[in-house]
This record gives sequence, C-alpha cells and structure tokens, in this order.
Amino acid sequence: MMNLAIRIRGLRVVRGSLTVLDDFDLDIQRGSLTGLLGPSGSGKSTLMRAIVGVQKVAGGTVEVLGLPAGDKQLRDRVAYVTQAPSVYADLTIRQNLRYYARVLGAPISDVDRAIEQVDLGSHADHLVGRLSGGQESRVSLATALLGRPEVLVLDEPTVGLDPVLRVQLWELFNRLAADGATLLVSSHVMDEAERCERLVLLREGRLLADDTLPGLLARTGAADAEGAFLHLVEKAEQEVPS
Amino acid sequence: MTPRITLATAARVLNQLRHDPRTIALMLVVPSLLLTLLWWMYDGGAVFDRIGPALLAIFPFLVMFLVTSIATLRERTSGTLERLLSMPTGKFDFLAGYALAFGLVALVQALITASVAIGLLDLNTAGPAWLLIAVAVFDALLGVALGLFVSAFASTEFQVVQFMPALIVPQFLLCGLLVPRDQLPDVLEAVSNVLPLSYAVDAMSEVQTSTDPQVWGQIGIVLGFSVVLLALGAATLRRRTP
Repeated sequence: MMNLAIRIRGLRVVRGSLTVLDDFDLDIQRGSLTGLLGPSGSGKSTLMRAIVGVQKVAGGTVEVLGLPAGDKQLRDRVAYVTQAPSVYADLTIRQNLRYYARVLGAPISDVDRAIEQVDLGSHADHLVGRLSGGQESRVSLATALLGRPEVLVLDEPTVGLDPVLRVQLWELFNRLAADGATLLVSSHVMDEAERCERLVLLREGRLLADDTLPGLLARTGAADAEGAFLHLVEKAEQEVPS
Repeated sequence: MTPRITLATAARVLNQLRHDPRTIALMLVVPSLLLTLLWWMYDGGAVFDRIGPALLAIFPFLVMFLVTSIATLRERTSGTLERLLSMPTGKFDFLAGYALAFGLVALVQALITASVAIGLLDLNTAGPAWLLIAVAVFDALLGVALGLFVSAFASTEFQVVQFMPALIVPQFLLCGLLVPRDQLPDVLEAVSNVLPLSYAVDAMSEVQTSTDPQVWGQIGIVLGFSVVLLALGAATLRRRTP
C-alpha cells in the first residue's frame, strides 16, 4: 500500500451523455514509468485529468500519494502536462517558466535546467507564440520539470516530435523514474510502448491490459505492442458481443 | 491567498502587456485623444468642464473591462487557468493578480489623461485633481472585476466583445452624462441607481463642482460592486470541470 503512487477504485466519469470511464481500477507503483496507451477517444486524457484532480467524477475514488486526487497538499507534488500546450504565447520561454516556478515556489535556477532538459536552450528568449507546435509543447513539458514533482502526469508529451528528440525525452522520463519519481505518460503511438516498463492499454474507457511489454507479448503471442493491442481488442469483442 | 503568487501573477500579466506595445499605446493615448476631440467639438468651456470628468470615469472602466475579459477568456480556453489551479494558485491569487496589474495600468492611464485634460485642455474642476485620478483607478478596478466575471459566460472572443454593448452601453446611457439622473423617467432612474457606473460619474461630478468634494461614499459603492463581482468571478473559477 505504501508503495502505491496512484490507487483508483471504481472510477466512473460521465461527460455529457457519454460514460467515459466506468468501474475503473488501477494501481501504479511509486518510482515507475507507466505508458498509458490507446486510440484517441479511449479515455486516456479523462483518466489523467481525474488523477490530477481537475476532472469532475461521478463515482469511485482516486488516491494519489495516499491523498485524495487534487488535494491541496498535492498541488506542488503532482505535475500535469495537458495535450494542448498550456503556456502563454505572448511571453518568452524563460518568462513562462519563471512565472510557473514562482507559482510553485521552485528555485529560479530550475528554469534554465528545465529549458535544457527539453532542448530549448537556444530559444530561451524567444516568444512562445513564434515557436513551432512541437517546440511549444516542449515548453509546456518543461513546466512539469520545475521543482521536484513526485508524480508526473504527461498527456502525449512526445506527439509531433522528431525521432531523435523523442528518444531523448524517453531517456529523461526513465531517468526521472530511476530517481524515484512516478510517471504516467500517454501516447496513441503504440511503438512508444517499448520505452515503458509497464503498459496500461485502454479502449473505450475499459482497461484492456495492465502488464509489462514482454508479459503482454507472451500472453498474446504478438510480435509487437500494436499486434498485442489488436489481439486483445478481438478477444474482448468475442467475450462481450455488442 | 499567497502574496508570492499574487505578485508573480500581476508581474506576469504586465509582462504579457509589455510584449504588446500597440495595445499599451492605444490604452494610454486614445482616452487623451478622445478628450481632445471633445474639447475641440465644444470649443472648451462649460460643457467640456461638465463632460470631461465623466469621461475620465468611463474610459478606465471600459478599457479595463475589454482587456480583462479577453485576457481571462484566453486563460480559460488555453488551459493555462486549469494548469494554474492544479498548482498552488488560489482563486484570489489569480483575481488579485489581474486587479493589481490592470489597476496599475489604469493609474498610468488616468495620470496621462488627467494631465492632458487639466494641463493642456484647461479642464476646470473645483475639487482637487488627484481625486479625479483616484476615482478613475477605482473605476478601472470595477472594469477588471466585471471583465473577469463576464469571461465565464463567453466561450469565444466574439461573444465576450458582445458583452460590451450589452453591459457597458446601458450604464453609459443611464449614468447621468446624457440626461441628469434625477430627470430620467422614474423607472430608468431606479435602474440607474443600481448601476455602478452611475456612482463613478456622480463622484467625478462632485469633484468637478465642489471645492470640498465628498466622494468616499460613492467610491465605497463602486468598490463594493467590484468586491461582489470579484467574489462572483471567483465562484466561476472551478478547479474541477466536467
């Protein structure tokens, strides 16, 4: 129990007339790097929002570091990066990060470190509004690296980035996990699965699998994560005829 | 409320404005130009002495309403507000940060406009000029508060701008500038009695006509409206959203 960073039981989220998540359970160990994979619309972002505590939930419990999700004490311990970059387009990269660092009470020296970690050092004084989409989402990601967050919830942080940078960022995520942080990283690109120690596959708001990649491949006999995913979808549809 | 975060937010809002020199120039110069136009139309004199102070009350209210409603709408739609509220930011840190930043801009605006009116256009007031400026700053806060509140009811910038004819123009028509308030039809006089801009313009007229103006009652009413609107605005800032 003490080693759980995230504990979800019976989570139910309804958005409009749509039940996005229903009776959803999930445990995530401290210091782990978990990939949250699934097609768009599978409920990944909603699940992440519930973990951060910005999603209205219809039922169930979400605990983060032993506290209810969104608890006041969690606000500088849990870092969250949305899919759309939430940064100020009319400020420079450095001004954005300085502001967020002051809000978090993080040392100002974190700003330059975070900018280097997302490889934007040469652009630090450029206006965010003039950056490319991929650069802008890296500014948003850098915000999550300020301070010393114990849990990082990152919604598709590597989408639209070039392969070299993607590898670098996954190395960074692994390093953060090795240092003791808990990371939950979503992606709809299945080949990113191989970078995570553990995979949570989501489809239409249901947990399809929760395993390591080798475990998943052994269980399904598939050659890669995408194959395993398709296999599990087929199996789920046979079990529950729609 | 955390002073560190409030001040950081005010500094950030001013920083954003600094990257937009055209808006600064328009905010600071246009009121003086309009006053000059009016002075020219009426060839200075008594009519200008009556209308000038009223406009000193209306400009900051109008300008700060527009700037604040659009700025906070952007925070709501870009996800930066959600991010700030998932951090240690309190709702009042956010609101007070905006009020502080735009209050400061309003002070500069009022100083420039009043200097032009009194120094160049020979605006005659019986009361002290600094009171004109004080009233103008409180009007600006009223504009900030109304803008923050209204931004919750708009989902696009088109909508938010349409609140200006809906909420500001009636206040302008009934504030006593066109027809003295006690000469309005009874129903309209009653309506004008519950509109905050009426009290702002009353305060300005008092400074204009009286050598010992008693304006703190009216300023108190304007401030009261601002506080109520800010509290209502705070209620529209939600940590958890559907």
